[in-house]
Amino acid sequence: MNFDLTDERQMLQDGLRRLLADSYTPDARKAIEAGDNGFSPDIWNSLAEMGVIGALFGEDDGGFAGAGFDVALVFEELGRVGAVDPLIDTAVLGGGLVAALGDAQQKELVEGVIGGGVQLAFAHVEPTSRYDLSRVDATAEKAGEGYEITGRKAVVVNAPAANHLLVTARTSGKASAENGISLFLVAADAAGLRLRNYPLVGGGQASEVVLDKVPATLVGPEGGAYEAIAAVNARAVLAISAEALGLMEAIKELTIDYLKTRKQFGVPIGKFQVLQHRMSDVALEVEQARSAVINLAGHVDAAPEVRDVHVSATKNLIGTVARQVVEESIQMHGGIGMTNEYELGHLAKRLTMVDHRFGDADHHLERFIALAVA
Amino acid sequence: MDLKYTQEQLAFKDEIATFMKEKLPKPISDRIRQGQELGKAGYEQWHAILNEAGYLAANWPKEFGGAGWDAVQRHIFEDEMSKAHAPRIVPFGLSMLGPVLQAFGSKEQQDYYLPRILSGEDWWCQGYSEPGAGSDLAAVRTSAVREGDHYIVNGQKTWTTLGQFANKIFCLVRTSKEGKLQEGISFLLVDMETPGIEVRPIVLIDGTPEVNEVFFDNVKVPAENLVGEENKGWTYAKYLLTHERTNIAGVGASTAALENLKRIARLEQDGGKPLIENPHFAARIARVEIELMAMSTTNLRVVSQAAAGQAPGAESSMLKIKGTVVRQELNALTRMAIGPYAMPFASEAMEEGSNAEPVGPDYAAPVTGQYFNNRKLSIFGGSNEIQRSIISKAILQL
Repeated sequence: MNFDLTDERQMLQDGLRRLLADSYTPDARKAIEAGDNGFSPDIWNSLAEMGVIGALFGEDDGGFAGAGFDVALVFEELGRVGAVDPLIDTAVLGGGLVAALGDAQQKELVEGVIGGGVQLAFAHVEPTSRYDLSRVDATAEKAGEGYEITGRKAVVVNAPAANHLLVTARTSGKASAENGISLFLVAADAAGLRLRNYPLVGGGQASEVVLDKVPATLVGPEGGAYEAIAAVNARAVLAISAEALGLMEAIKELTIDYLKTRKQFGVPIGKFQVLQHRMSDVALEVEQARSAVINLAGHVDAAPEVRDVHVSATKNLIGTVARQVVEESIQMHGGIGMTNEYELGHLAKRLTMVDHRFGDADHHLERFIALAVA
Repeated sequence: MDLKYTQEQLAFKDEIATFMKEKLPKPISDRIRQGQELGKAGYEQWHAILNEAGYLAANWPKEFGGAGWDAVQRHIFEDEMSKAHAPRIVPFGLSMLGPVLQAFGSKEQQDYYLPRILSGEDWWCQGYSEPGAGSDLAAVRTSAVREGDHYIVNGQKTWTTLGQFANKIFCLVRTSKEGKLQEGISFLLVDMETPGIEVRPIVLIDGTPEVNEVFFDNVKVPAENLVGEENKGWTYAKYLLTHERTNIAGVGASTAALENLKRIARLEQDGGKPLIENPHFAARIARVEIELMAMSTTNLRVVSQAAAGQAPGAESSMLKIKGTVVRQELNALTRMAIGPYAMPFASEAMEEGSNAEPVGPDYAAPVTGQYFNNRKLSIFGGSNEIQRSIISKAILQL
């Protein structure tokens, strides 16, 4: 039993923490929010140069790490500063899917991702699919050498900046079947592709995507993409859960600081026992969240039946604790916690939105019941 | 024990429901139902309609131009307004300052200010909280120093709701540093047009400019704008807060929010079926509905005590806590219900007069903003922690 970081991971964490502390000031983040890209190309290039993107991929895919604990480490650090960069979309989802299913030529994209020069987005969720991973209504039909896709995709994060979209479409089977889902590569400038772009609560950009006979290249086996999607989705759940943990730590520190400095009735409000106990509850739930992230990091590459129990356990706990941390921290701050200007606002919004990607606490409770209880 | 309204109360309920159907403009109720910002003109239009009908000042005695209703009638009126998606009546003049002037103001102040509140000529805002005086309101530092027939006011107020629309502000100011903190506070009426006043908006977490900071730099206020006696302002402030706490449970608003949640849960799809058929989500809705049913009766118990002439005391603190917790849970469930469409930041679609096409289903746009915005409910008007202290001291005598 050893919960210490290896020397390599310790170096990565130290370097990344320094880089983010220097570059990710609140002012820098506000400049990002004011732009229409959703992230800063300068910070993105620094992340690529430091090898942070490469740390998310295994050696076989051109990276140098890629284990669950590497993913967790990177995203916890990003969460601590409330970073809004689309690392989940371009690297974990986009790069991960191409690495898992692509042919030699397609895998050149992964090199581009690791080098920092390529942006990707995963267009999978549809307007009524909610959190159901196997529900795909968009269809693809053979057309000459390639395919044409028709359908709609919802809240496609990072689509506005993406050079390519990875789009799921059904080549056979009914709307909720795991079999029959195929993965396609679609160029951002493809004919028949329409994007409606908008900002997201808590940072980043997304699009509603309409596809009308859009030319597409198949990635992986026709109708057989589901297992790779589930595996990559598990890594995305790990990434966003670790990011949530970082956000919780940052919020916890901010709130403890406030309890120590804010005076009412002549004393710091942290002297009131009711707030001491509530802050203690927040702190112990954040430790539970850390353990849940460690559990998933250790099982993210396990066999699907083991992996998915941990995916759902972790995401359920993270979603539940996130709400408590957000609501308690705002309440203990009082009015100042309600303002956009104060740092807590951004962190709280970003943490709340974690529950709206890759399945919320209720969705994963049901999956956990099906996989491990019933 | 009889849980039903009397014949007279039922007739009154019908009268109000009919009024809402006939007189509430549809463009206004549509905006409220969709959770969009109303804007100053919308509030003023509704204010004028209510004033014309004599329904505006529900809590004022008839001698001051009020409706003269008892607590049960006021409850019925508020309930029907919520059901009809009417905007809330902006409370600062009508529910807060009005009763204070009626109880403690001079004849001149009553004759001058009360009609102007009814006519809408004056839009009041509340100058209570300061950066260092939130839950600890008695710590106000904004000073008023008497110089001849004027006070000179210096300091800063904050969290001033809708201050951007107001032409008048009532303030708690420090007129003495002697004795206990509570004993040096006075209640002052200030014209916002006076030189030296600056209003700066505070953007809230959901992106709305709902509250403001108000700065006072050597602001000259006529001495006759003092309400009651100098250094007795704390008494008046506390009196005002008991009026602020009427309708504190927000049963009508929560009932409307519950209906909206159920409507959305019927329309949202989960695993190929309506979300409302998901047993876990249905259980969450059921729990909050059960709470609301009980709270509604708790509310009526307090209301009928008040109608029988007993002043609502610390019970209103219980209603405030339960009411805000229920409302916030409804906001959270509605956010959960819309799934991935909670993520788009749709501030544009919420603005007054916007025709921006919504992202995703049209009911989704206001939901995340409302969830965050209504975190304020358990903070303002005496935080829920302060309410618990009131309950433990005043009711439980701990």
